[in-house]
Amino acid sequence: MQFTINDRPVEAACDLRTSLLDLLRDHLGLTGTKKGCNQGACGACTVLVDGERINSCLALAVQYQGRSITTIEGIGDIGALAPLQHAFIDHDGFQCGYCTPGQICSAVGMVAELRRGLPSHVTPDLGAASPAWTREELQERMSGNLCRCGAHNGILDAIEAACLEDAR
Amino acid sequence: MNPFGYDRATNAPEAVSMAGAAGARYLGGGTNLVDLMRETVERSDRLVDVSGLSANIREDEDGGLFIAAAARNTAVAEDQRVRTRYPVLSRAILAGASAQIRNMATTGGNLLQRTRCAYFYDNEGSRCNKRNPGEGCDALGGFNRYHAILGASDQCVATHPSDMAVALAALDAVVHLRGPAGERSVKLADLHRLPGDRPDLDTVLSPGDLITGVGLPPLPDGARSAYRKVRDRSSYAFALVSVAAVLSVKDGRVDEVRLALGGVAHKPWRAGKAEAALRGGPATSEAFARAMDTELAEARPLSGNAFKIDLARRTAVAVLENLAGNRT
Repeated sequence: MQFTINDRPVEAACDLRTSLLDLLRDHLGLTGTKKGCNQGACGACTVLVDGERINSCLALAVQYQGRSITTIEGIGDIGALAPLQHAFIDHDGFQCGYCTPGQICSAVGMVAELRRGLPSHVTPDLGAASPAWTREELQERMSGNLCRCGAHNGILDAIEAACLEDAR
Repeated sequence: MNPFGYDRATNAPEAVSMAGAAGARYLGGGTNLVDLMRETVERSDRLVDVSGLSANIREDEDGGLFIAAAARNTAVAEDQRVRTRYPVLSRAILAGASAQIRNMATTGGNLLQRTRCAYFYDNEGSRCNKRNPGEGCDALGGFNRYHAILGASDQCVATHPSDMAVALAALDAVVHLRGPAGERSVKLADLHRLPGDRPDLDTVLSPGDLITGVGLPPLPDGARSAYRKVRDRSSYAFALVSVAAVLSVKDGRVDEVRLALGGVAHKPWRAGKAEAALRGGPATSEAFARAMDTELAEARPLSGNAFKIDLARRTAVAVLENLAGNRT
């Protein structure tokens, strides 16, 4: 199977039953992406496929051959943090850190969705060209990522700060 | 998860021929099937990947829209024509699951997702007639807050989990199929079954049948549509009760009404009795409430979900009042 992962071509041989999550972690050593519930409920495994956020635990790797996958390792590293990663530090967007890679990948996907005008459950007007970047919108759009430490307010503060930066 | 063979189809006839008469399972976004296979509730030995088939959304000859089966939930909810002409559908999709799952899930797969009844999922320790026919149902005397109040049987009280399908039921959508015997179509409202004594069968599909798309007929002139979902938390939860409605009012009277309820039955529940009671009558709150009482007269609550009867009535009345402009 061939993939592009964090802009690099990758070839891997694995059992057809392997999830994209297990491929990344167990076969390719990309352990930034985390396994939480392994059933699509927590969002810890969120990665970007061709720029769109998905739950890699519910994805069979074989279905994603030829696609471009971005994990937390492709978003920034310790020497060169992405602005969103800085914002998580500045706003206490984590405690144990286990959900953080998924939160950040999810937020990157969410910003792209907001920018192209995708409405959400709380968008008042479906006809509006671009939804407002309100706290309520961010909260609804991030509901697929759980934090059991309860850092949600810090997470939203971080995303809000980084998004506003982004929107300027 | 049991080992399986995997084929990736590039068009519908190829997919049907790959699946064969024995009926491999078609794999869309995998958000439900992969999970069920991991839990060994589903044990398919052959998967045909149809996620790369047509995802097109196009104008239909009759003035409606045709949504190809591999269109992702996000793409359907985002489509400008859906948002403008069928807001009930955009709203229903956006009320379901999470952003990640909506990005993965296909239209066909959404319709064929299976119940989230916890006893159906619990392959190790619970009895379930849907999973193992004849075994018994632990939901009947168990935790049944999320279960059916309409159309259930003594074999199964599970509910269908889809929000999208409830909107499609109210839109009179038509499901296009291709099977070993060729193409045919079935009304969305007739796609899913009531459990009866065969709760293992969710739909009227035969092995090898593939959903190729969903057709949305144009709405009647002047009709407005809306979706409201009531759940235990404000996001990312299945419905306790949901209501999809299409309403057209002329001179204070109901010209056309289509009403479907979610979270209350084994299938999206088209409220035909309420519709019949409303058509041609006054578009008032009292008439809406009376119509829902008629619809819900046959409701049979379980130990943990009697609240759903009143909740369904009040939610439907509120949605109809909003659509009629009786309140904001």
